[in-house]
Amino acid sequence: MNWLRSETPINFLLVGLLLLVPLAAWALEEPFYLTLATRVAILALAAVGLNVALGLGGLVSFGHAAFFGIGGYTAAILANHASSLQPLTTWPVEIGGSDAMLVIWPVAMVLCGLVALVIGVISLRTSGVYFIMITLAFAQMIYYFAISWPAYGGEDGLSLALRNSFPGIATALPFNFFVICYVLLIAALYLFARIRDSRFGAALQAARQNEMRLAAVGISPFPIRLMAFVLSGMVTGLAGSLFADLNRFVSPSMLSWQMSGELIVLVILGGAGRLFGPVAGAMLFVLLEYILGGFTDRWQLFLGLILLGVVLFARGGLVGLLAGKVRHG
Amino acid sequence: MAEIVLSVRNLRKSFGALKATDNVSLDLCAGEIHAVIGPNGAGKTTLIHQVAGTVKHDGGTIEFLGRNIGALDVAGRAQLGLGRSFQISSLAPEFSALRNVMLAVQSQQGSSLRTFRHVMHDPSLTEPALKMLERVGLAGRAHVTAGELSHGERRRLEIAIALALCPRAFLFDEPMAGMGPEGSKSLTGLLNELRHEAPILLVEHDMDAVFALADRISVLVYGRVVASGSVSEIRSNAEVRRAYFGEHV
Repeated sequence: MNWLRSETPINFLLVGLLLLVPLAAWALEEPFYLTLATRVAILALAAVGLNVALGLGGLVSFGHAAFFGIGGYTAAILANHASSLQPLTTWPVEIGGSDAMLVIWPVAMVLCGLVALVIGVISLRTSGVYFIMITLAFAQMIYYFAISWPAYGGEDGLSLALRNSFPGIATALPFNFFVICYVLLIAALYLFARIRDSRFGAALQAARQNEMRLAAVGISPFPIRLMAFVLSGMVTGLAGSLFADLNRFVSPSMLSWQMSGELIVLVILGGAGRLFGPVAGAMLFVLLEYILGGFTDRWQLFLGLILLGVVLFARGGLVGLLAGKVRHG
Repeated sequence: MAEIVLSVRNLRKSFGALKATDNVSLDLCAGEIHAVIGPNGAGKTTLIHQVAGTVKHDGGTIEFLGRNIGALDVAGRAQLGLGRSFQISSLAPEFSALRNVMLAVQSQQGSSLRTFRHVMHDPSLTEPALKMLERVGLAGRAHVTAGELSHGERRRLEIAIALALCPRAFLFDEPMAGMGPEGSKSLTGLLNELRHEAPILLVEHDMDAVFALADRISVLVYGRVVASGSVSEIRSNAEVRRAYFGEHV
């Protein structure tokens, strides 16, 4: 059934393209394009996370930078403690830092999951504009907290001496790091597809389409949305920790509301709720940033125009434009 | 008298100065269809909303299966077995008819946090849902998006969804509204069968359907029950004729 979706060829094209660019860059020894492709993969991963809440659940979170940033700071803080050999805490037990991605990722995801749980429990009692504002408010609180926390760089941010390690892979090589990000993106896309087509996904999408209908069949929308919000925050948090490793630097800008806005733009550009929407959105975003950014600092003006076009004329985003409307069994 | 399934006592609801429900008491017994009729604005839909939990009542009690359900939310009451249809069809418009019914089936199985199995490849969801669609005559439209169904088909779909909940009582809010004479007739036949599955509290304007189906009728005027009784009692009740049918006796 999935194979018959008109979306499938487009999806293969997108993942294929994303794989081709770095292969070419690697062959041509142009590492800059590799960085661009890695950036696409990481932003797409963050947007896949947001797509669970926004696309499937219709929850317009204007605070996903919180998860992106917490993921990033988790990676940077753990790595800094590992290189300085200073423990994070000595009481009740001594906990040291770590420069192993396999430690950092789960820590980042669990942290983001817990933060999402707290934000979700409060914000999901509201809807519409209030939900948007509460998620924004939480993200801003975390943003200002990071700015005013001198131990980890405050406004100046925090750099990582080395890229964190992965067993058996030399992560310092840009191509290797791209592959890690790419594989995680594919895994997240697979998970997204499973969630979308599952019972949980059915309830989540029904909550977006008609909350009253869902309640009338005996399913409370609240726990469904809360679980979606938590999963969503965890995936975006994972992307954040990869972003820290890509730039070997984190700063409060990862937590800023502009970042939250960019993630929403990625999802809507590509097609909210569409499996490969975030990939298409991230590709277009980074491409515009690169090409138009070369001509003018005001490249976001053009991004705005394109976004306007998508919202007015192509509600399904790029993927919707190319593959037509989504079909539900 | 048969077992009382749903019992509403002294129910009150005001919107500002307007008494939408004014000390309403009524029962729904096993196997019966209890129709609630009354002129526009009499508070019929508000009554259904309070029983279903969409609107919170100000006072009085609602007992369902011997349990006070006043504190339960909509989902909780549906879980207990209140299957309802809406006055204006309320469906998940992007889902097919089949998937709309499957939501009710999965709710019955209490499994809405499962995240891995593809719902369309799960016969424990699709088969019961298809059976419900067959019962309301929509099997051939199973894969049509709810938003693309005709008005009459949507009304039937709502009933299929309510059926899939294996309800202990149905709350139907004007199921015949907007149906042609043919549609009304076949829907009347369907409701007549359903009463054997669970009793029906029926709000309806179509008097032919009400007189054909109802075992008991309560007449609501300005939020108050002005008369309650069998079909023949209501037909001959002078106050009802005056208030509802506009006749001067």
